Amino acid sequence: MLTRRVIPCLDVDNGRVVKGVSFVDIRDAGDPAELAAFYNAEGADELVFLDITASSDARNTMIDVVEKVSSEVFIPLTVGGGIRSVDNMRQMLEAGADKVAVNSAAVANPQLIEDCAKEFGAQCVVLAMDVKRVDNPVISELEGYGSVPAEWMWQVYTHGGRRSTALDAVKWARLVTELGAGELLVTSMDADGQKTGYDNELLSVISDSVTVPVIASGGAGELDHFYDALVEGKSDAVLAASLFHFGELRVSEVKSYLAERGIPMREV
Amino acid sequence: MTENSSKPRIVVLNTRAANVHSVEKALRKVGADPIVTSDPAELASADAAVLPGVGASDAVMTALNTLGMTEPVKEFAASGKPLLCVCVGLQVLFDSSEEGELPGLGLVDGKVELIPTGMTDELGAAMKVPHMGWNEVQFTGDDASRNPMFKDIPQGSHFYFVHSYRCVPDQQAEVAATSNYGIEICAAVAHGNVVGTQFHPEKSGDVGLQIYKNFLDLASNSTN
Repeated sequence: MLTRRVIPCLDVDNGRVVKGVSFVDIRDAGDPAELAAFYNAEGADELVFLDITASSDARNTMIDVVEKVSSEVFIPLTVGGGIRSVDNMRQMLEAGADKVAVNSAAVANPQLIEDCAKEFGAQCVVLAMDVKRVDNPVISELEGYGSVPAEWMWQVYTHGGRRSTALDAVKWARLVTELGAGELLVTSMDADGQKTGYDNELLSVISDSVTVPVIASGGAGELDHFYDALVEGKSDAVLAASLFHFGELRVSEVKSYLAERGIPMREV
Repeated sequence: MTENSSKPRIVVLNTRAANVHSVEKALRKVGADPIVTSDPAELASADAAVLPGVGASDAVMTALNTLGMTEPVKEFAASGKPLLCVCVGLQVLFDSSEEGELPGLGLVDGKVELIPTGMTDELGAAMKVPHMGWNEVQFTGDDASRNPMFKDIPQGSHFYFVHSYRCVPDQQAEVAATSNYGIEICAAVAHGNVVGTQFHPEKSGDVGLQIYKNFLDLASNSTN
């Protein structure tokens, strides 16, 4: 049967992986290819590289990173951060990415999702969304998006969580999959960094609303959080960044734990 | 093969599919020196070829038709030399697909149909379409009786799949491997020298690279 996926996420700034611990078997913890090889050996089912480089001049640096990683590591590779056009996406795919994640640019121009899906296939298009639960949303901001819960909503944010939008996360999830997104990467801004578990309520509502796979992100701190995101949250994959990066938990540890609890896992 | 002996000519058909580059990189990783081309003439002199594909079957067929590659691919398949077809590359071997309007290559008899939605798995979760992720693959027969493309791969290994349609060959004997996703998924087809995988060996870690190694061995034999 289809296994659930455990996915480490790596933040890349100007071609270097943002600070993390030095694992014994890694000489250079900032080298994306070396870290990718490490996670691959650990049993990672997929890798996500997020380009957090502020300057758009540095885009070619990320292309080199993708080129190098995909020549060494042969598991699925998703690249996100600063993707604004069909051409940006093509560059990443030609460099060796398998999927490309879009976030802010898709909110600004949802047509981008459809264009990318038509050009490269829905399986290449990952829609990443940063979501925050907002009480008493200002209704004037929400015009044009239909009815929303009166008391609260799951609001979509862009630009790394700095800008709010008028979008309701569940409706946005439905819309983007209709437009051709092949997978959703759902980050709860409320849970992110808290290490108290994923937002399983948000994840299960979104997972029930769409027919494409959902990747849970934000909030992992302990082993059972991964289990809960897959079972209660009904996610197809679980992603974590700092937890793996700082060596608090290892990918291999998470996978053995989940396998013991009856979650189908790929053995390496 | 020694360092000095000439490497087989392996051609990766550039169908403009997104996995062309990954296929090329996987072949380089196992020591091949592939030529990525959309020139049909290159195919005639190849010892072995790969037909990659992702996305829609019509996109791959349109690429083949536009490049004048459809007949050369059929001729190559008839030559007896190894032809490895990946994902949608496998699906276009059939006559037609529910997904597309363009006729396929018609090299394998059978149909390509949409994976049904609405099934739930052992955890009670809805089974999504596309079938995306790592699934267990059972090869038909033991190592000795298998198509040589699949030798030295442990039974039940996991491979990476991304697809919404499944192949159903008319001849059960041509099903080289299966996987289970609520219904049986034909994971690989072996039609003599023409072999196709529904999964992506270039994204399936070490077991996937083993398929490219086997392919390279077959290609090397095909030069003799």
